[in-house]
Amino acid sequence: MSIQKLLVANRGEIAIRVMRAAHDAGIISVAVSAEDEDRALHVRHADEHRALAGKGARAYLDADAMVRAALDAGADAVHPGYGFLSENASFARKCQEAGLTFVGPRPEILEYFGDKVTARRIAANAGVAVLSGTEGNADVNSARAFLASLPAGSQMIIKAVAGGGGRGVRVVDAGMDLEDAMARAAAEARAAFGDGALYIERYLPNARHIEVQVVGDGSGRIAHLGERDCSIQRRYQKIIEIAPSPLLADSTRRQILDAAIRVAESVKYDSIGTLEFLVSADGQEFAFIEANARLQVEHTITEEVMGVDLVRIQLELAQGASIESLAIPDEATAKGFAIQLRINTERMKADGRTLPAGGELKAFDLPGGPGVRVDTLAFNGFRSSPGFDSLLAKLVVHSPSANFSDCIKKALRSLSEFQIDGIETNREFLANIMRHPDFASGNIHTRFVDEHLAVLADIIQKMPKRYVEPVSERRIVAQGLQA
Amino acid sequence: MSEQSITSEVTGTVWKIEKSEGDSVEAEDVIMILESMKMEIPVEAPCAGRIIKILVSEQDVVEEEQVIVVIMP
Repeated sequence: MSIQKLLVANRGEIAIRVMRAAHDAGIISVAVSAEDEDRALHVRHADEHRALAGKGARAYLDADAMVRAALDAGADAVHPGYGFLSENASFARKCQEAGLTFVGPRPEILEYFGDKVTARRIAANAGVAVLSGTEGNADVNSARAFLASLPAGSQMIIKAVAGGGGRGVRVVDAGMDLEDAMARAAAEARAAFGDGALYIERYLPNARHIEVQVVGDGSGRIAHLGERDCSIQRRYQKIIEIAPSPLLADSTRRQILDAAIRVAESVKYDSIGTLEFLVSADGQEFAFIEANARLQVEHTITEEVMGVDLVRIQLELAQGASIESLAIPDEATAKGFAIQLRINTERMKADGRTLPAGGELKAFDLPGGPGVRVDTLAFNGFRSSPGFDSLLAKLVVHSPSANFSDCIKKALRSLSEFQIDGIETNREFLANIMRHPDFASGNIHTRFVDEHLAVLADIIQKMPKRYVEPVSERRIVAQGLQA
Repeated sequence: MSEQSITSEVTGTVWKIEKSEGDSVEAEDVIMILESMKMEIPVEAPCAGRIIKILVSEQDVVEEEQVIVVIMP
């Protein structure tokens, strides 16, 4: 089966990313957009367009409407991107029933990994370590009993069974109001996923988040494309990702890659996907936490160091390609380091809280040079929308050097070249993280940002600007000097 | 003591209103939760007092700096 026309059931930078791959593969692409999306860039990247009913994110969550749009456009395949319907098994089934190829794993896989408790069980059955936790869904009683069973002073983490994106997550210890924490987590989970079910795991303090990119063709054969370090997070959301991990003992790394392959093999994984692990502060212990059965936001850095097009691979797999025919590169061909910075439209309050920031871009000039890539939905004149998330651009830099600090230098230089005027962003915050000595030495963990927030939020050191200021501003300065 | 206006810190929508007009609140009590760019932004009471007026309803669109609650300390 070969795909002729692909509906991209997403928006923003990831829709554009998928459309580019489709175009390069000779596939016609169809964009969709919501009623309140005026001048959306992804629509310009597609060959055709269908309008969705409804506004904001909700328009992209209507599975039936999405299938109708695909059929109406004469598409034979649907790419879900990330977020929205990407891990929705019932959407994948509806696509199948309508004769559309869903570019992603088969629906059962989405079901297995969409339920985080089932995912844990699959990993454990494959002989991979998971963190101890409650059996199945947790209530206040089982949570209290579990916490009591841990060594004194331990913490546990409450998570949503249907979870993702940090919604419904709470870390608690014996001194905290467990009932309140669980009620809040359940309310958040219900609001975000329509399901308030929770599960609980032992909390691994100062852990690193390491994830493995895998590729499967459904036969049980699995290849991997190395790991990413996504320890730099804020409120359980990733903001800076690195490939490969700059400070992971080779033996631990081998074991994690093997574990990822075992889990994926055990379900005969049949697309690209990511297995996520936590590694203890001493680097000796690791455990599977969850799997993402879709393309990820940070797939870019794997593409850079491995020299592959992951979306192209995903499209080939959906058309029946085998691992052999894809010629997945060996990790020995991995080159240097890549860093992805998530530039979000947000402003930071003096107390370190962040708030979404809105406005219209007056300037948007991209950095450049070898190994500098920007995946974005923005352009000069772009207006932000409160109805969608705050990701403005992903700045991805790749340095072929084996020295991680060379990649950091390039990332900082690229940030200072990036001219963004009209909407506040977290650029200075990202620069502060990369200038922190612990970041350079690779001494990072999932609470790094929280622990160093005071220093990181202190934007004293203004980023150098390697671009010419808008004319109007220069004129004002010049007049000021004359006066 | 005079009335105090609470304004929205963001442009977004009103997701959930947790208190009613006439309610007594403590400082930092959450009066409502706004949503913008998929982030939840709690609106907290700046001081202890009584809520005189809630000027928005759930699902309403609010602009940055818009007065949404009036409180009597």
